[in-house]
Amino acid sequence: MAAATCAAESGLHVGMVDDNPGIGGQIWRGDTINSATEAKHWAQRLGAAKVDVACGTRVFGHPGTGILLAERGNDVYELKYRKLVLATGARERFLPFPGWTLLNVMGAGGLQALVKSGLPIEGKRVVIAGTGPLLLAVAAYLRHHQANVLMVCEQQSWTSLVRFGVELLRQPQKIRQAISLQGALGGIPFVPNCWPIEAMGRDSLERVVIRRNGKTETIVCDYLACGFHLVPNTEIAELLACEIRNGYVHVDEFQQTSRADVFCAGEPTGIGGLDLSIAEGQIAGYAAAGNKSAAKMLCKTRGKMKRFAGVLDNTFTLRPELRSLPSQTTIVCRCEDVDYSRLSRHTSWRAAKLDTRCGMGPCQGRVCGPATRFLFGWSPDSVRPPIFPTSLANLGALSSQSITEHCEVTGGCA
Amino acid sequence: MSATSRFGSDTLVAEQITVTVNGILVVVADGTTVAVAVLLQGTSCRRSVSGQPRGPLCGMGICFECRVEINGTPHCRSCQIVCESGMEIRAGE
Repeated sequence: MAAATCAAESGLHVGMVDDNPGIGGQIWRGDTINSATEAKHWAQRLGAAKVDVACGTRVFGHPGTGILLAERGNDVYELKYRKLVLATGARERFLPFPGWTLLNVMGAGGLQALVKSGLPIEGKRVVIAGTGPLLLAVAAYLRHHQANVLMVCEQQSWTSLVRFGVELLRQPQKIRQAISLQGALGGIPFVPNCWPIEAMGRDSLERVVIRRNGKTETIVCDYLACGFHLVPNTEIAELLACEIRNGYVHVDEFQQTSRADVFCAGEPTGIGGLDLSIAEGQIAGYAAAGNKSAAKMLCKTRGKMKRFAGVLDNTFTLRPELRSLPSQTTIVCRCEDVDYSRLSRHTSWRAAKLDTRCGMGPCQGRVCGPATRFLFGWSPDSVRPPIFPTSLANLGALSSQSITEHCEVTGGCA
Repeated sequence: MSATSRFGSDTLVAEQITVTVNGILVVVADGTTVAVAVLLQGTSCRRSVSGQPRGPLCGMGICFECRVEINGTPHCRSCQIVCESGMEIRAGE
């Protein structure tokens, strides 16, 4: 939204394509766009800047320079651009453990997204587990909506979290956020050195077994919201052959990728949260419009926040014990129901794919890819089009409808 | 963005939408996604390739676990689609 707004305010004709049903991405999903102060600010600016917005529209291909293919419902669109800004966000990292495929075991952000999409959570017993600052944000959000949050289980140790706290002290804005979060959590037990080892229930979740300081404990609950920090959505950038370094899209000071016509902002360039994403989005939008002086004014703000992104990555590294969470029969690839025993025989992602179809279902390895990277040290070979499943009719019937834009900003989860 | 009206600071009065999930009427607030309607009806979204019931995981269109049939179209990601009046949803099959 920030990139589209700044590019349009600088005089470009801008189209914004978002996979989500409404604008605002994951943090400002659903009605949050109408309630959060900063969300309202950007929604108003976006509207005033006359950006053409296409929600519920998913980019799946890149047939040639300056063209993306996208689908909305049963329609397919050819999107032409001179400058492209990618703001594709991040997804949660999920780790397999016995019972994680049961109904009502979800991502932490996943449960939050469903509540933002209308799921009543009042009075429901929720255990939040995994790692990363998202767990606390989700706890505060769910508590605000009258959920009965029983516990937040953080796999990281107190020692690392204290180091993280010290780093926060360097960032006045983050301190303010931390203090308000502390209030919003209102006494929910926060337990470091703690992680889920099994989810149990007949058809859907009934209880979760956690390991806490070397002992096991069973908690009866309605939902387990479980995510192990975030991984960037780099698929479109990879499809466009933008350089990826250490898992992130490599950009210069103007958020320009290794391709001159493609910019990238937000989590795909480093997991740093909302404020950093907004700063990067503005820089990308201004830079795409050639308004480099406006972009440069924001570089200092971005620099401070970028430091925080590095600290996040270092703090919420996964403890090796989590590699032994799956049993031999635990499903690792949920699309193709491939269990741990079938994967552990292989030595590479490619060999496992060829033999088991792991990573070859509809999610195309978005869930099991990061999991097997952690469990086995595998890395996926390459991204291939279409980057999302689409119908043969959509692949074949191109060009009857086409939108021509001078600048395209694409966001949502891609 | 939606037909939701706001009264006071925290109270939302939303228009009600009626859909069917496996033929059963489900009433939801306007703006609710199909995934939530399916959860409220108490069924899973789909069966996995080995027959296990599955429901939403990521909530943001990435994992494809929440696929359902909507108005005869299979494999729709229910977490990314907002309920429309009269929608016929088939789930858990």
